[in-house]
Amino acid sequence: MADEISTRVDRLELPFDARGVDEYGVSKWHLAVAFRVLTLLYRKYFHVRADGLQHVPPRGRAMLVGNHSGGIALDAAMVIASCFLELDPPRLAQGMAEKFLNRFPFASMWTARCGQLTGLPEHALRLLESDRLLLVFPEGARGTAKLWKDRFSLVDFGTGFMRLALRTRSPIVPFAFIGGGDAVPTVTNLYKVGKLIGVPYLPVTPWLLPVPRPVPLSVHFCEPLRFEGTGEEDDEIIQRSVDQVKERIAGMIERSRK
Amino acid sequence: MKVLIPGIGGLLARNVARRLLAQGHTVIGIDPRGWPGAPDPIELYPVDIRKRAAEDVFRQHRPEAVIHMATISALLADAEERYRINLGGTRAVFEHSERYGVRRLVFVGRHTYYGAGPDAPLYHTETEPPQELGTYPELADLVAADLYAANALWRLPALQTTVLRICYTLGPSGHGTLAGFLRGRFVPMVLGFDPLFHFMHEDDAADAIVTALSSSARGIYNVAGPQPLPLSVIASEAGRRALPLPETVLALLVGRAGLPRLSRGALAHIKYPIVVDATSFRKETGFAHRFDELTTARTFADAFPAGGRSSPLPAPG
Repeated sequence: MADEISTRVDRLELPFDARGVDEYGVSKWHLAVAFRVLTLLYRKYFHVRADGLQHVPPRGRAMLVGNHSGGIALDAAMVIASCFLELDPPRLAQGMAEKFLNRFPFASMWTARCGQLTGLPEHALRLLESDRLLLVFPEGARGTAKLWKDRFSLVDFGTGFMRLALRTRSPIVPFAFIGGGDAVPTVTNLYKVGKLIGVPYLPVTPWLLPVPRPVPLSVHFCEPLRFEGTGEEDDEIIQRSVDQVKERIAGMIERSRK
Repeated sequence: MKVLIPGIGGLLARNVARRLLAQGHTVIGIDPRGWPGAPDPIELYPVDIRKRAAEDVFRQHRPEAVIHMATISALLADAEERYRINLGGTRAVFEHSERYGVRRLVFVGRHTYYGAGPDAPLYHTETEPPQELGTYPELADLVAADLYAANALWRLPALQTTVLRICYTLGPSGHGTLAGFLRGRFVPMVLGFDPLFHFMHEDDAADAIVTALSSSARGIYNVAGPQPLPLSVIASEAGRRALPLPETVLALLVGRAGLPRLSRGALAHIKYPIVVDATSFRKETGFAHRFDELTTARTFADAFPAGGRSSPLPAPG
Protein backbone atom coordinates (compact mmCIF):
# COMPACT_ATOMS: atom_id res chain seq x y z
CA MET A 1 0.00 0.00 0.00
CA ALA A 2 2.85 2.36 0.85
CA ASP A 3 4.12 2.18 -2.74
CA GLU A 4 0.67 2.86 -4.14
CA ILE A 5 0.28 5.90 -1.90
CA SER A 6 3.70 7.28 -2.79
CA THR A 7 3.02 6.78 -6.49
CA ARG A 8 -0.32 8.53 -6.19
CA VAL A 9 1.25 11.43 -4.28
CA ASP A 10 3.84 11.73 -7.05
CA ARG A 11 1.05 11.78 -9.63
CA LEU A 12 -0.79 14.68 -8.00
CA GLU A 13 -0.72 17.50 -10.52
CA LEU A 14 0.39 20.17 -8.08
CA PRO A 15 3.38 22.52 -8.51
CA PHE A 16 5.66 20.99 -5.87
CA ASP A 17 9.21 22.29 -5.58
CA ALA A 18 12.30 20.08 -5.27
CA ARG A 19 11.58 19.54 -1.57
CA GLY A 20 8.04 18.45 -2.34
CA VAL A 21 6.32 21.59 -1.05
CA ASP A 22 3.91 23.76 -3.03
CA GLU A 23 3.14 27.45 -2.76
CA TYR A 24 0.47 26.81 -0.12
CA GLY A 25 2.77 24.69 2.02
CA VAL A 26 1.21 21.39 0.92
CA SER A 27 3.90 18.77 1.51
CA LYS A 28 4.28 15.48 -0.31
CA TRP A 29 5.79 13.85 2.76
CA HIS A 30 2.86 14.86 4.97
CA LEU A 31 0.36 13.84 2.30
CA ALA A 32 1.93 10.38 2.05
CA VAL A 33 1.71 9.86 5.82
CA ALA A 34 -1.85 11.20 6.05
CA PHE A 35 -3.09 9.16 3.09
CA ARG A 36 -1.63 5.95 4.50
CA VAL A 37 -3.84 6.43 7.55
CA LEU A 38 -6.85 7.60 5.53
CA THR A 39 -6.51 4.69 3.10
CA LEU A 40 -6.68 2.18 5.93
CA LEU A 41 -9.79 3.88 7.26
CA TYR A 42 -11.29 4.22 3.78
CA ARG A 43 -10.72 0.65 2.65
CA LYS A 44 -10.47 -1.50 5.76
CA TYR A 45 -12.48 0.25 8.45
CA PHE A 46 -15.37 1.96 6.68
CA HIS A 47 -15.29 0.12 3.35
CA VAL A 48 -16.23 3.36 1.61
CA ARG A 49 -18.08 3.06 -1.67
CA ALA A 50 -17.84 5.94 -4.13
CA ASP A 51 -19.85 6.42 -7.29
CA GLY A 52 -20.21 9.17 -9.85
CA LEU A 53 -16.49 9.87 -9.77
CA GLN A 54 -16.59 10.58 -13.50
CA HIS A 55 -18.34 13.83 -12.58
CA VAL A 56 -15.26 15.19 -10.78
CA PRO A 57 -13.19 17.09 -13.35
CA PRO A 58 -9.75 15.45 -13.75
CA ARG A 59 -8.06 18.85 -13.65
CA GLY A 60 -8.92 22.51 -13.42
CA ARG A 61 -10.95 24.41 -10.87
CA ALA A 62 -14.07 22.84 -9.39
CA MET A 63 -16.05 22.93 -6.18
CA LEU A 64 -17.22 19.75 -4.46
CA VAL A 65 -20.27 20.70 -2.40
CA GLY A 66 -21.87 18.23 -0.03
CA ASN A 67 -23.68 17.47 3.20
CA HIS A 68 -22.21 17.03 6.64
CA SER A 69 -23.24 14.17 8.89
CA GLY A 70 -21.71 12.73 12.02
CA GLY A 71 -20.30 14.73 14.90
CA ILE A 72 -16.85 15.06 13.38
CA ALA A 73 -15.74 15.86 9.85
CA LEU A 74 -15.29 12.22 8.91
CA ASP A 75 -17.11 12.96 5.67
CA ALA A 76 -14.48 15.49 4.62
CA ALA A 77 -11.65 13.04 5.29
CA MET A 78 -13.34 10.28 3.28
CA VAL A 79 -14.20 12.53 0.32
CA ILE A 80 -10.58 13.69 0.25
CA ALA A 81 -9.47 10.04 0.36
CA SER A 82 -11.94 9.17 -2.38
CA CYS A 83 -10.57 11.82 -4.77
CA PHE A 84 -7.04 10.68 -4.00
CA LEU A 85 -7.61 6.93 -4.27
CA GLU A 86 -10.30 6.61 -6.92
CA LEU A 87 -9.57 9.37 -9.44
CA ASP A 88 -7.09 8.92 -12.22
CA PRO A 89 -4.98 11.01 -12.04
CA PRO A 90 -5.48 11.45 -8.31
CA ARG A 91 -6.61 14.85 -7.11
CA LEU A 92 -6.14 16.61 -3.81
CA ALA A 93 -9.48 17.94 -2.59
CA GLN A 94 -8.75 20.95 -0.43
CA GLY A 95 -11.28 21.59 2.30
CA MET A 96 -11.90 24.68 4.33
CA ALA A 97 -10.84 23.71 7.86
CA GLU A 98 -12.70 25.00 10.90
CA LYS A 99 -10.90 28.01 12.37
CA PHE A 100 -10.40 26.43 15.78
CA LEU A 101 -8.15 23.74 14.29
CA ASN A 102 -5.48 26.30 13.52
CA ARG A 103 -5.13 27.11 17.20
CA PHE A 104 -4.24 23.56 18.19
CA PRO A 105 -0.70 22.20 17.96
CA PHE A 106 -0.31 19.42 15.37
CA ALA A 107 -3.84 20.01 14.01
CA SER A 108 -2.63 23.38 12.73
CA MET A 109 0.46 21.89 11.13
CA TRP A 110 -1.15 18.77 9.64
CA THR A 111 -4.15 20.53 8.16
CA ALA A 112 -1.86 23.12 6.57
CA ARG A 113 0.66 20.59 5.21
CA CYS A 114 -2.17 18.52 3.74
CA GLY A 115 -3.69 21.52 1.97
CA GLN A 116 -6.70 21.93 4.25
CA LEU A 117 -6.52 25.68 4.74
CA THR A 118 -8.51 27.62 7.31
CA GLY A 119 -12.05 28.33 6.13
CA LEU A 120 -11.71 31.87 4.83
CA PRO A 121 -13.22 33.28 1.63
CA GLU A 122 -9.74 34.50 0.65
CA HIS A 123 -8.44 30.94 0.72
CA ALA A 124 -11.35 29.54 -1.27
CA LEU A 125 -10.99 32.24 -3.92
CA ARG A 126 -7.25 31.79 -4.23
CA LEU A 127 -7.44 28.00 -4.44
CA LEU A 128 -10.07 28.15 -7.18
CA GLU A 129 -8.08 30.74 -9.08
CA SER A 130 -5.13 28.33 -8.84
CA ASP A 131 -7.33 25.69 -10.52
CA ARG A 132 -7.54 23.53 -7.42
CA LEU A 133 -10.33 21.20 -6.32
CA LEU A 134 -12.17 22.84 -3.45
CA LEU A 135 -14.23 20.88 -0.94
CA VAL A 136 -17.07 22.82 0.65
CA PHE A 137 -19.71 21.96 3.23
CA PRO A 138 -22.13 24.89 3.13
CA GLU A 139 -23.82 23.70 6.33
CA GLY A 140 -20.63 24.49 8.25
CA ALA A 141 -20.25 23.43 11.87
CA ARG A 142 -24.07 23.33 12.21
CA GLY A 143 -23.93 20.41 9.81
CA THR A 144 -21.56 18.28 11.86
CA ALA A 145 -23.62 19.15 14.94
CA LYS A 146 -26.66 17.30 13.53
CA LEU A 147 -28.07 14.68 15.84
CA TRP A 148 -28.45 11.04 14.76
CA LYS A 149 -32.17 11.43 14.15
CA ASP A 150 -31.46 14.31 11.74
CA ARG A 151 -28.63 12.58 9.93
CA PHE A 152 -30.34 12.56 6.53
CA SER A 153 -31.58 16.14 6.76
CA LEU A 154 -29.88 19.33 5.66
CA VAL A 155 -29.60 22.51 7.70
CA ASP A 156 -29.42 25.96 6.07
CA PHE A 157 -26.74 26.40 3.46
CA GLY A 158 -24.48 29.43 3.51
CA THR A 159 -24.46 31.38 0.25
CA GLY A 160 -20.79 32.35 0.09
CA PHE A 161 -19.84 29.27 -1.91
CA MET A 162 -22.25 30.21 -4.71
CA ARG A 163 -20.88 33.73 -5.00
CA LEU A 164 -17.37 32.27 -5.19
CA ALA A 165 -18.38 29.74 -7.82
CA LEU A 166 -19.92 32.51 -9.95
CA ARG A 167 -17.00 34.85 -9.46
CA THR A 168 -14.43 32.22 -10.41
CA ARG A 169 -16.66 30.48 -12.99
CA SER A 170 -16.14 27.18 -11.23
CA PRO A 171 -18.38 24.16 -11.80
CA ILE A 172 -20.12 22.83 -8.70
CA VAL A 173 -20.10 19.07 -8.21
CA PRO A 174 -22.79 18.26 -5.62
CA PHE A 175 -22.30 15.10 -3.60
CA ALA A 176 -24.17 13.18 -0.94
CA PHE A 177 -22.31 11.54 1.90
CA ILE A 178 -24.13 8.67 3.57
CA GLY A 179 -23.30 6.94 6.81
CA GLY A 180 -21.50 9.61 8.81
CA GLY A 181 -24.43 9.89 11.19
CA ASP A 182 -24.34 6.14 11.82
CA ALA A 183 -20.58 6.08 12.32
CA VAL A 184 -20.75 8.86 14.90
CA PRO A 185 -24.36 8.86 16.12
CA THR A 186 -24.60 12.07 18.08
CA VAL A 187 -27.19 11.99 20.84
CA THR A 188 -26.39 15.44 22.13
CA ASN A 189 -23.76 18.17 21.83
CA LEU A 190 -22.01 19.76 24.79
CA TYR A 191 -21.55 23.35 23.77
CA LYS A 192 -20.29 24.73 27.07
CA VAL A 193 -17.71 21.98 27.49
CA GLY A 194 -16.65 22.53 23.89
CA LYS A 195 -16.16 26.21 24.52
CA LEU A 196 -13.96 25.40 27.49
CA ILE A 197 -11.57 23.35 25.37
CA GLY A 198 -11.68 25.70 22.38
CA VAL A 199 -13.97 23.78 19.99
CA PRO A 200 -17.51 24.76 18.88
CA TYR A 201 -19.09 21.80 20.70
CA LEU A 202 -18.33 18.28 21.90
CA PRO A 203 -20.51 15.56 20.36
CA VAL A 204 -21.69 12.81 22.71
CA THR A 205 -22.42 9.34 21.35
CA PRO A 206 -24.00 6.33 23.13
CA TRP A 207 -20.42 5.34 23.99
CA LEU A 208 -19.76 8.93 25.08
CA LEU A 209 -16.73 9.76 22.94
CA PRO A 210 -17.11 10.66 19.25
CA VAL A 211 -15.05 7.65 18.15
CA PRO A 212 -16.51 6.41 14.87
CA ARG A 213 -17.71 2.83 14.63
CA PRO A 214 -16.92 0.76 11.52
CA VAL A 215 -20.10 1.16 9.48
CA PRO A 216 -20.14 1.25 5.67
CA LEU A 217 -19.95 4.76 4.26
CA SER A 218 -20.65 5.96 0.76
CA VAL A 219 -20.17 9.08 -1.31
CA HIS A 220 -22.22 9.83 -4.41
CA PHE A 221 -21.08 12.54 -6.80
CA CYS A 222 -23.66 14.18 -9.05
CA GLU A 223 -23.24 15.79 -12.45
CA PRO A 224 -21.57 19.20 -12.29
CA LEU A 225 -23.80 22.26 -12.14
CA ARG A 226 -22.74 25.44 -13.86
CA PHE A 227 -24.30 28.75 -12.93
CA GLU A 228 -24.07 32.01 -14.85
CA GLY A 229 -23.39 35.28 -13.10
CA THR A 230 -20.77 37.50 -11.52
CA GLY A 231 -21.23 36.68 -7.84
CA GLU A 232 -22.49 40.23 -7.20
CA GLU A 233 -26.18 39.36 -7.66
CA ASP A 234 -28.87 40.06 -5.07
CA ASP A 235 -29.32 37.60 -2.22
CA GLU A 236 -32.60 36.30 -3.67
CA ILE A 237 -31.00 35.32 -6.95
CA ILE A 238 -28.07 33.68 -5.20
CA GLN A 239 -30.41 31.87 -2.83
CA ARG A 240 -32.31 30.35 -5.74
CA SER A 241 -29.08 28.88 -7.13
CA VAL A 242 -28.06 27.66 -3.66
CA ASP A 243 -31.45 25.97 -3.34
CA GLN A 244 -30.85 24.13 -6.60
CA VAL A 245 -27.61 22.70 -5.23
CA LYS A 246 -29.27 21.85 -1.95
CA GLU A 247 -32.15 20.08 -3.70
CA ARG A 248 -29.72 18.08 -5.81
CA ILE A 249 -27.88 16.93 -2.68
CA ALA A 250 -31.11 16.20 -0.80
CA GLY A 251 -32.38 14.14 -3.74
CA MET A 252 -29.16 12.17 -3.89
CA ILE A 253 -29.29 11.54 -0.13
CA GLU A 254 -32.82 10.18 -0.47
CA ARG A 255 -31.90 7.92 -3.39
CA SER A 256 -28.70 6.68 -1.80
CA ARG A 257 -29.95 5.90 1.71
CA LYS A 258 -32.41 3.35 0.38
CA MET B 1 19.74 60.54 -10.88
CA LYS B 2 20.87 61.78 -7.46
CA VAL B 3 19.64 59.28 -4.88
CA LEU B 4 19.77 59.72 -1.10
CA ILE B 5 19.65 56.60 1.07
CA PRO B 6 18.90 57.11 4.76
CA GLY B 7 20.03 53.94 6.56
CA ILE B 8 22.77 53.22 4.02
CA GLY B 9 24.87 51.37 6.61
CA GLY B 10 22.57 48.33 6.57
CA LEU B 11 23.60 45.37 4.48
CA LEU B 12 20.63 45.53 2.13
CA ALA B 13 21.01 49.30 1.70
CA ARG B 14 24.69 48.87 0.83
CA ASN B 15 23.78 46.40 -1.88
CA VAL B 16 21.19 48.82 -3.22
CA ALA B 17 23.75 51.63 -3.22
CA ARG B 18 26.30 49.53 -5.14
CA ARG B 19 23.73 48.67 -7.78
CA LEU B 20 22.72 52.32 -8.19
CA LEU B 21 26.37 53.34 -8.55
CA ALA B 22 26.87 50.66 -11.19
CA GLN B 23 23.92 52.07 -13.09
CA GLY B 24 25.55 55.49 -13.10
CA HIS B 25 23.47 57.18 -10.41
CA THR B 26 24.91 59.54 -7.81
CA VAL B 27 24.48 58.11 -4.32
CA ILE B 28 24.46 59.96 -1.03
CA GLY B 29 24.05 58.15 2.27
CA ILE B 30 22.93 59.01 5.77
CA ASP B 31 23.63 56.62 8.64
CA PRO B 32 25.09 57.19 12.11
CA ARG B 33 26.63 53.71 11.87
CA GLY B 34 28.71 54.82 8.90
CA TRP B 35 29.95 52.44 6.24
CA PRO B 36 33.63 51.57 6.60
CA GLY B 37 35.09 50.87 3.17
CA ALA B 38 32.18 52.43 1.28
CA PRO B 39 32.87 52.96 -2.44
CA ASP B 40 34.55 56.32 -3.01
CA PRO B 41 31.86 58.00 -5.09
CA ILE B 42 29.34 57.67 -2.25
CA GLU B 43 29.09 60.74 -0.08
CA LEU B 44 28.41 59.50 3.41
CA TYR B 45 26.99 61.50 6.32
CA PRO B 46 27.19 59.70 9.68
CA VAL B 47 24.30 61.64 11.19
CA ASP B 48 20.96 60.81 12.78
CA ILE B 49 18.08 61.19 10.30
CA ARG B 50 16.04 63.08 12.90
CA LYS B 51 18.71 65.72 13.51
CA ARG B 52 19.30 69.06 11.84
CA ALA B 53 22.45 67.75 10.14
CA ALA B 54 20.33 65.31 8.15
CA GLU B 55 18.08 68.10 6.92
CA ASP B 56 21.21 69.93 5.83
CA VAL B 57 22.07 66.96 3.60
CA PHE B 58 18.68 67.30 1.87
CA ARG B 59 19.13 71.06 1.54
CA GLN B 60 22.68 70.89 0.27
CA HIS B 61 22.31 68.02 -2.20
CA ARG B 62 18.68 68.38 -3.29
CA PRO B 63 18.34 64.69 -4.18
CA GLU B 64 15.83 63.74 -6.84
CA ALA B 65 15.05 60.43 -5.20
CA VAL B 66 15.14 58.98 -1.69
CA ILE B 67 15.17 55.33 -0.66
CA HIS B 68 14.24 55.26 3.01
CA MET B 69 15.87 52.25 4.66
CA ALA B 70 16.48 53.69 8.13
CA THR B 71 14.05 51.56 10.10
CA ILE B 72 14.95 48.90 12.62
CA SER B 73 13.26 45.66 13.58
CA ALA B 74 11.59 44.88 16.89
CA LEU B 75 14.49 42.87 18.21
CA LEU B 76 17.10 45.57 18.30
CA ALA B 77 16.18 48.39 20.58
CA ASP B 78 13.82 49.28 23.37
CA ALA B 79 10.34 50.46 22.52
CA GLU B 80 10.99 54.17 22.93
CA GLU B 81 14.11 54.12 20.76
CA ARG B 82 12.39 52.06 18.10
CA TYR B 83 9.49 54.48 18.02
CA ARG B 84 11.87 57.44 17.70
CA ILE B 85 13.84 55.86 14.87
CA ASN B 86 11.03 54.21 12.96
CA LEU B 87 8.26 56.75 13.19
CA GLY B 88 10.22 59.91 14.00
CA GLY B 89 12.79 59.09 11.34
CA THR B 90 10.20 58.29 8.70
CA ARG B 91 8.37 61.51 9.41
CA ALA B 92 11.62 63.46 9.04
CA VAL B 93 12.41 61.78 5.71
CA PHE B 94 9.00 62.66 4.28
CA GLU B 95 9.04 66.23 5.59
CA HIS B 96 12.51 66.90 4.21
CA SER B 97 11.62 65.24 0.94
CA GLU B 98 8.61 67.50 0.52
CA ARG B 99 10.50 70.63 1.56
CA TYR B 100 13.54 70.09 -0.65
CA GLY B 101 11.88 69.01 -3.86
CA VAL B 102 12.40 65.25 -3.88
CA ARG B 103 10.33 63.80 -6.72
CA ARG B 104 10.58 60.09 -5.99
CA LEU B 105 10.48 58.29 -2.62
CA VAL B 106 10.72 54.56 -1.95
CA PHE B 107 9.93 53.46 1.61
CA VAL B 108 11.35 50.03 2.34
CA GLY B 109 9.04 48.41 4.90
CA ARG B 110 8.55 44.85 6.02
CA HIS B 111 6.01 42.16 5.32
CA THR B 112 5.67 41.57 9.06
CA TYR B 113 3.36 44.62 8.87
CA TYR B 114 0.49 42.16 8.35
CA GLY B 115 1.10 40.27 11.59
CA ALA B 116 0.72 36.54 12.21
CA GLY B 117 -2.33 34.89 13.69
CA PRO B 118 -4.56 31.83 13.48
CA ASP B 119 -7.39 33.57 11.62
CA ALA B 120 -5.30 35.44 9.07
CA PRO B 121 -5.35 34.47 5.40
CA LEU B 122 -2.26 32.70 4.17
CA TYR B 123 -1.48 35.15 1.36
CA HIS B 124 -1.72 38.81 2.29
CA THR B 125 -2.60 41.40 -0.30
CA GLU B 126 -1.74 45.08 -0.06
CA THR B 127 -5.32 46.07 0.79
CA GLU B 128 -5.32 44.24 4.12
CA PRO B 129 -4.97 46.06 7.42
CA PRO B 130 -2.37 44.93 9.96
CA GLN B 131 -3.59 42.25 12.36
CA GLU B 132 -2.67 40.80 15.72
CA LEU B 133 -1.02 44.01 16.92
CA GLY B 134 -2.53 43.31 20.32
CA THR B 135 -0.44 40.19 20.71
CA TYR B 136 2.72 41.70 19.25
CA PRO B 137 2.81 45.37 20.29
CA GLU B 138 6.53 45.54 19.45
CA LEU B 139 5.50 45.81 15.81
CA ALA B 140 3.40 48.91 16.35
CA ASP B 141 6.10 51.42 15.45
CA LEU B 142 6.91 49.66 12.17
CA VAL B 143 3.23 49.47 11.31
CA ALA B 144 2.83 53.15 12.16
CA ALA B 145 5.82 54.05 9.97
CA ASP B 146 4.34 52.04 7.10
CA LEU B 147 0.95 53.71 7.44
CA TYR B 148 2.56 57.14 7.71
CA ALA B 149 4.56 56.48 4.56
CA ALA B 150 1.44 55.22 2.79
CA ASN B 151 -0.57 58.32 3.62
CA ALA B 152 1.94 60.36 1.65
CA LEU B 153 0.25 58.84 -1.40
CA TRP B 154 -2.67 61.23 -0.96
CA ARG B 155 -1.09 63.82 1.35
CA LEU B 156 1.86 64.60 -0.92
CA PRO B 157 0.60 64.06 -4.48
CA ALA B 158 3.67 65.70 -6.03
CA LEU B 159 5.93 63.11 -4.43
CA GLN B 160 5.85 59.80 -6.28
CA THR B 161 5.82 57.43 -3.31
CA THR B 162 6.26 53.68 -3.33
CA VAL B 163 5.80 51.70 -0.14
CA LEU B 164 7.43 48.29 -0.29
CA ARG B 165 6.52 45.53 2.14
CA ILE B 166 9.41 43.24 1.57
CA CYS B 167 9.58 39.67 2.84
CA TYR B 168 12.49 38.29 4.89
CA THR B 169 15.86 38.25 3.17
CA LEU B 170 18.45 35.50 3.42
CA GLY B 171 21.82 34.96 1.85
CA PRO B 172 25.55 34.67 2.33
CA SER B 173 25.83 37.88 4.38
CA GLY B 174 23.98 36.28 7.28
CA HIS B 175 22.22 39.58 7.76
CA GLY B 176 18.53 40.01 8.53
CA THR B 177 15.88 38.84 10.96
CA LEU B 178 15.56 35.34 9.50
CA ALA B 179 19.32 34.84 9.24
CA GLY B 180 19.66 35.87 12.88
CA PHE B 181 17.02 33.34 13.83
CA LEU B 182 18.79 30.59 11.87
CA ARG B 183 22.31 31.40 13.00
CA GLY B 184 22.65 28.86 15.79
CA ARG B 185 22.89 25.11 15.40
CA PHE B 186 19.30 24.65 16.61
CA VAL B 187 16.27 26.42 15.26
CA PRO B 188 13.61 26.76 17.95
CA MET B 189 10.09 25.87 16.87
CA VAL B 190 6.78 25.75 18.70
CA LEU B 191 5.87 22.09 19.07
CA GLY B 192 3.03 21.18 16.73
CA PHE B 193 3.43 24.27 14.53
CA ASP B 194 5.50 24.68 11.40
CA PRO B 195 4.58 27.95 9.66
CA LEU B 196 5.51 28.93 6.16
CA PHE B 197 8.23 31.58 6.03
CA HIS B 198 8.40 33.87 3.05
CA PHE B 199 11.93 34.92 2.18
CA MET B 200 14.01 35.95 -0.80
CA HIS B 201 17.70 36.09 -1.60
CA GLU B 202 19.32 39.31 -0.40
CA ASP B 203 20.59 40.04 -3.93
CA ASP B 204 17.07 39.66 -5.29
CA ALA B 205 15.80 41.99 -2.57
CA ALA B 206 18.34 44.66 -3.54
CA ASP B 207 17.40 44.22 -7.20
CA ALA B 208 13.72 44.60 -6.31
CA ILE B 209 14.33 47.90 -4.53
CA VAL B 210 16.38 49.27 -7.43
CA THR B 211 13.71 48.06 -9.85
CA ALA B 212 11.04 49.84 -7.80
CA LEU B 213 13.02 53.08 -7.94
CA SER B 214 13.41 52.97 -11.69
CA SER B 215 9.79 52.00 -12.31
CA SER B 216 6.76 54.24 -12.41
CA ALA B 217 5.15 52.23 -9.60
CA ARG B 218 3.24 54.46 -7.23
CA GLY B 219 1.43 52.85 -4.33
CA ILE B 220 1.86 50.03 -1.86
CA TYR B 221 3.47 46.79 -2.99
CA ASN B 222 4.33 43.49 -1.39
CA VAL B 223 7.73 42.28 -2.51
CA ALA B 224 8.65 38.60 -2.57
CA GLY B 225 10.60 36.18 -4.69
CA PRO B 226 10.04 32.44 -4.76
CA GLN B 227 7.37 30.47 -2.90
CA PRO B 228 7.49 30.24 0.90
CA LEU B 229 8.75 27.18 2.78
CA PRO B 230 7.88 25.63 6.15
CA LEU B 231 10.31 26.67 8.86
CA SER B 232 11.40 23.05 9.39
CA VAL B 233 12.39 22.75 5.72
CA ILE B 234 14.32 26.03 5.85
CA ALA B 235 16.15 24.79 8.94
CA SER B 236 16.99 21.54 7.21
CA GLU B 237 18.15 23.24 3.99
CA ALA B 238 20.27 25.58 6.09
CA GLY B 239 21.92 22.58 7.73
CA ARG B 240 20.30 23.31 11.11
CA ARG B 241 18.32 21.09 13.40
CA ALA B 242 14.78 22.08 14.22
CA LEU B 243 14.16 22.04 17.94
CA PRO B 244 10.41 21.79 18.61
CA LEU B 245 9.52 22.76 22.17
CA PRO B 246 6.17 23.26 23.87
CA GLU B 247 5.20 26.91 23.66
CA THR B 248 5.44 27.52 27.40
CA VAL B 249 8.93 25.99 27.57
CA LEU B 250 10.06 27.92 24.52
CA ALA B 251 8.81 31.20 25.98
CA LEU B 252 11.08 30.60 28.97
CA LEU B 253 14.11 29.52 26.96
CA VAL B 254 14.35 32.03 24.11
CA GLY B 255 17.43 34.18 24.44
CA ARG B 256 19.00 31.54 26.68
CA ALA B 257 20.78 28.23 26.13
CA GLY B 258 22.09 29.34 22.76
CA LEU B 259 18.62 30.02 21.37
CA PRO B 260 17.98 33.29 19.53
CA ARG B 261 16.46 36.22 21.37
CA LEU B 262 12.77 36.61 20.69
CA SER B 263 10.10 38.68 22.33
CA ARG B 264 7.04 36.88 23.66
CA GLY B 265 4.84 38.41 20.99
CA ALA B 266 7.19 37.21 18.28
CA LEU B 267 6.33 33.62 19.17
CA ALA B 268 3.21 34.04 17.03
CA HIS B 269 5.58 34.54 14.11
CA ILE B 270 6.97 31.04 14.56
CA LYS B 271 3.49 29.55 14.98
CA TYR B 272 1.64 31.16 12.10
CA PRO B 273 2.78 32.20 8.63
CA ILE B 274 3.19 35.65 7.13
CA VAL B 275 3.14 35.15 3.40
CA VAL B 276 2.53 37.87 0.85
CA ASP B 277 1.04 38.03 -2.61
CA ALA B 278 3.57 39.99 -4.66
CA THR B 279 1.73 39.73 -7.96
CA SER B 280 1.07 43.49 -8.22
CA PHE B 281 4.73 44.36 -7.78
CA ARG B 282 5.81 41.88 -10.43
CA LYS B 283 3.17 43.11 -12.85
CA GLU B 284 3.90 46.77 -12.28
CA THR B 285 7.71 46.60 -12.37
CA GLY B 286 8.52 43.44 -14.31
CA PHE B 287 10.62 42.23 -11.39
CA ALA B 288 11.63 38.56 -11.49
CA HIS B 289 13.71 36.81 -8.84
CA ARG B 290 16.90 34.97 -9.77
CA PHE B 291 17.27 32.64 -6.77
CA ASP B 292 14.74 29.97 -5.86
CA GLU B 293 13.88 29.25 -2.23
CA LEU B 294 16.15 26.22 -1.84
CA THR B 295 19.19 27.86 -3.43
CA THR B 296 18.63 30.88 -1.22
CA ALA B 297 18.62 28.79 1.96
CA ARG B 298 21.72 26.93 0.81
CA THR B 299 23.69 30.11 0.09
CA PHE B 300 23.14 31.00 3.73
CA ALA B 301 24.13 27.51 4.86
CA ASP B 302 27.32 27.60 2.79
CA ALA B 303 28.36 30.91 4.31
CA PHE B 304 27.31 29.94 7.83
CA PRO B 305 27.69 26.23 8.42
CA ALA B 306 25.93 25.03 11.57
CA GLY B 307 28.20 25.67 14.53
CA GLY B 308 30.32 28.01 12.42
CA ARG B 309 31.42 31.45 13.50
CA SER B 310 28.98 34.27 13.93
CA SER B 311 28.49 36.90 11.29
CA PRO B 312 30.97 39.77 11.51
CA LEU B 313 28.16 42.11 10.48
CA PRO B 314 25.95 44.06 12.83
CA ALA B 315 23.06 42.33 14.55
CA PRO B 316 20.05 41.54 12.36
CA GLY B 317 17.56 44.25 11.52
